[in-house]
Amino acid sequence: MSKYLFYPGCSLQRTARPYIDSLLAIRELIGLELEEIEDWNCCGATEYVAVHHVAAYALVGRNLALAARQVDGTHTVMAACSACYLNLAKTDSYMRQDAHLAQQVNTALDAGGLQYTPGTVKVRHLLDIIVNDLGIEAVRAKVVRPLKGLRVAPYYGCMIARPDRDNRWDNVEHPLALDRLLKALGAEVIDFPMKTHCCGGHMTQINQASAYELIRRLIHGAAEYHADIMVTLCPMCQLNLDAYQSEMNRYFRTNYHVPIIYFTQLMGLAFGLEAEALGLGKEFVDPRPALSRIGIELPAAEPETVTVVEQPRRKKKDSGLPMPRMPGSKEADE
Amino acid sequence: MTQHNGHTGQERIGVYVCHCGSNIAGTIDVEAVALWAAEHLNHHGVVVARDYKFMCSSLGQELIEKDIKELGLTRVVVAACSPHLHEQTFRIACQRAGLNPYLCELVSIREQASWVHTDKKAATEKAKALITGGVERVAWHEPLEPLRVPIHPATLVVGGGIAGIQAALEIADAGFPVYLVEREPSIGGHMAQFDKTFPTMDCAACILTPRMVSVGTHPNITLLTWSEVTDVQGYVGNFTVTIRKKARYIKEDLCTGCGICQEKCPKKVIDEVFEAGLGYRKAVYTPFPQAVPKYPVIDRENCTYFQKGTCRACEKLCPTEAIDFEQTDELLTVEVGNIILATGFDILDARRIGQYGYGRLANVFTSLEFERLSNAAGPTNGQIVLRDGVTQPQTVGIIHCAGSRDRNFNNYCSAICCMQSLKFAHLVRERTGATVYNFYIDIRTTAKAYDEFYQRVLEDGAILIRGRVAEVTDAARLPGEEGKLIIQVEDTLAGKQRRIPVDMVVLSVGLEPRHDAKEVAHRFGISCSADGWIIEKHPKLDPVATMTEGVFVAGCAQGPKDIPSTVAQGAAAAARVLARIQQKEIALEPVRASVDESRCSGCRICNGLCPFNAIIFHEDRMVTEINPALCQGCGTCVAACPAGAISGTVFSNEQVLAQIEGLLLDVARRAPATEPVPV
Repeated sequence: MSKYLFYPGCSLQRTARPYIDSLLAIRELIGLELEEIEDWNCCGATEYVAVHHVAAYALVGRNLALAARQVDGTHTVMAACSACYLNLAKTDSYMRQDAHLAQQVNTALDAGGLQYTPGTVKVRHLLDIIVNDLGIEAVRAKVVRPLKGLRVAPYYGCMIARPDRDNRWDNVEHPLALDRLLKALGAEVIDFPMKTHCCGGHMTQINQASAYELIRRLIHGAAEYHADIMVTLCPMCQLNLDAYQSEMNRYFRTNYHVPIIYFTQLMGLAFGLEAEALGLGKEFVDPRPALSRIGIELPAAEPETVTVVEQPRRKKKDSGLPMPRMPGSKEADE
Repeated sequence: MTQHNGHTGQERIGVYVCHCGSNIAGTIDVEAVALWAAEHLNHHGVVVARDYKFMCSSLGQELIEKDIKELGLTRVVVAACSPHLHEQTFRIACQRAGLNPYLCELVSIREQASWVHTDKKAATEKAKALITGGVERVAWHEPLEPLRVPIHPATLVVGGGIAGIQAALEIADAGFPVYLVEREPSIGGHMAQFDKTFPTMDCAACILTPRMVSVGTHPNITLLTWSEVTDVQGYVGNFTVTIRKKARYIKEDLCTGCGICQEKCPKKVIDEVFEAGLGYRKAVYTPFPQAVPKYPVIDRENCTYFQKGTCRACEKLCPTEAIDFEQTDELLTVEVGNIILATGFDILDARRIGQYGYGRLANVFTSLEFERLSNAAGPTNGQIVLRDGVTQPQTVGIIHCAGSRDRNFNNYCSAICCMQSLKFAHLVRERTGATVYNFYIDIRTTAKAYDEFYQRVLEDGAILIRGRVAEVTDAARLPGEEGKLIIQVEDTLAGKQRRIPVDMVVLSVGLEPRHDAKEVAHRFGISCSADGWIIEKHPKLDPVATMTEGVFVAGCAQGPKDIPSTVAQGAAAAARVLARIQQKEIALEPVRASVDESRCSGCRICNGLCPFNAIIFHEDRMVTEINPALCQGCGTCVAACPAGAISGTVFSNEQVLAQIEGLLLDVARRAPATEPVPV
């Protein structure tokens, strides 16, 4: 068992429940031991850094500081969401390079009695850990239901391979880690040319025409290669490509149908787990036809399966921080 | 005050301070330095100190010679430029005046003082310190005699590309024996794979094959193809080289080169070397029709008989019974005086540039593949077609600098890709009339008639787009892109992103050192730069020599270069070797380390450290000895010896410590009086 500190992030608590459910379901099988960072907060996603740099880094810095307190046996923080991963890795890296920023962040953290020395933790993405630490052979060894005959488009998104701060990826422009992993599951992996192109990110909220075009390119690329299904490793990519696929089809008067699921879900299926236990069946674009190709039958869609069950609100601990207020910053005062 | 020292305590030292025009005098008050030396260093043996405008001029040298004779100088210190430049000049001047040349010491007050400082006062003080160090050191110098070793007249040339061919022919034509060793079954190297050569567009084979034939038939050349050097012992003038001659399974004395074996061999394999993976050969093969020597080789890995135990078709059908499956590798030992390394280059593995799709997208080709594609003797008989083997491309995109000038791959410029890419553009325009796009960062057409060729290619109608290509993809997005390869590029002259659909992409991949360059360099006792290219002795003034005496380098093994420069280096290396051979013996610098056997404990710490394999360990006496002819005087062993048993002539402990004391003399004098030295 390899132990890692786990930063789940907000998406995995809500829209990406299937991601965390499937991850937790396969965790033991691949020998992954996770210890959740206590009292973590939002990473700021892609928006906050556009509002105020220092505040955004302080927000992430708090998570790093909390993780640093839990360093015991492992100092690696794992994030499954690409945006969370990028923000954590970026903040640590920027704090290492820029002593002034590190000091500003620590001034903010000080208000909550926290400190973070850049470099204390190593931030890594789930895919990186599975492929490079646990190893593809360990995954292959657990496969009991090879995904034979399923054509999969491996979609990495734009946030994990670039920039490659610690030389973790085989090729930053055209990574192959996920391709190799999916092949080990027995799937037929297409040479997906758009594998690191952008999914539109939050453009769906700002400029829908741009977002639809970016979504169309990806879906079209996968359809061109006759992919049955596309796998992602990022909640935002999954949301954009799945939830907005029909909108995009309406906008362009097209009729694409490419189901989008998480790679951990496919791993679970290959490991012989039940589809429901992996959170399958909650997608907007129905994966049933694709999954039936490998003999997986899901119950017919019922309205209940898509209703969001209200989760109890997480209680804040007393040691929690107030929102960062930066010295000399006007925006923070507003 | 330090006493005038050295072995005898009675040396008479002359100090000569050079102005070097304004190079030194512009920053250092040379006259004051000379006056100061005469006055303050007389306790250290200085009997005369002079300054002069150009010490290296005849008049300057005569000044020194006159003083040696008239004042009876026993040591000379010249404070001027780096010893790399004029050490020999002043040593010879001393010798003319009857003083042993090794009793002269050069102090660099130009490279180490005037050129690197702007504060005149401080630079002047530094010059004084440097000169004091030189004076203290030279007193400990001893008269030395250069080592003389005979030069064996034979030469080993490693690599049978155009560089090795040129070098071998020059030496052989001068009447001296050459062993030319080539790893592949034929000589010819990369040039034999090319179709045309820029900028004149001569057919590569037409200009190369006559040279290859000359090599094959030359009475002074022993050609050893399908062979590799496995071991090198000895030193300049006297190398003993072991060569593995791999089994060809062909009796060379019987084979007529008729080619029936190749024709009848049932086993077809992809030719990864000569055809760059784009064509086929048989398991018994000569790489190309004009191969020298004409004898084929049997590729054991792919031969049906060797793998499965049956077949022997070639043996049955050979009209002269030249096939011999029983042959084994032979080890040859040859004696040579000099070695020329002309081991060439590899091309960068284009698969590493993931975003350009080589290896995934069928119609992305490397430059070497394109050479074979356009070569009339190549797999398509010179038809420029797509990977399907029939379709002519309507549009071709040629990407310059693929993997060069790119910190993700190689930082350096591969020197030939601009011209090579323009050549491809010309060939495509001429043979297919297809639309050609060249994507470049800068156009570097710097040699004779190169820029004229560039203009000609522009007139041919090639479209040049300045910008580094972001991606080659088959993901169509816009009308007209379906079924094409799309080149996504920022056109930096137009200032916009462009998507250019093409049928064929050619990657002008960079040149890289041979995959085993470091290993080979180690075998020959030389070193490679961080990039992996063999390091020359001096990048400008000694480009074909290496730091190891008697080992020379020519062609792309030293760095990327075009054919004219490669040939020039081959000839230059040959000229250097011939000069050596003509001298019959060579004087080696007596800068050598030696072991005091009485102090050597036999710990062998030094044994593995010597970069020149000069250290011999005598098991019987448990002591180490240093071969003076191999030793280059680097000092590694001297520093490493825990017993202090190794010392170097010209860098003995006494000399170095005296020099340090001299350098710090002024500090020692001043320190207690002016400021307390913090502990």
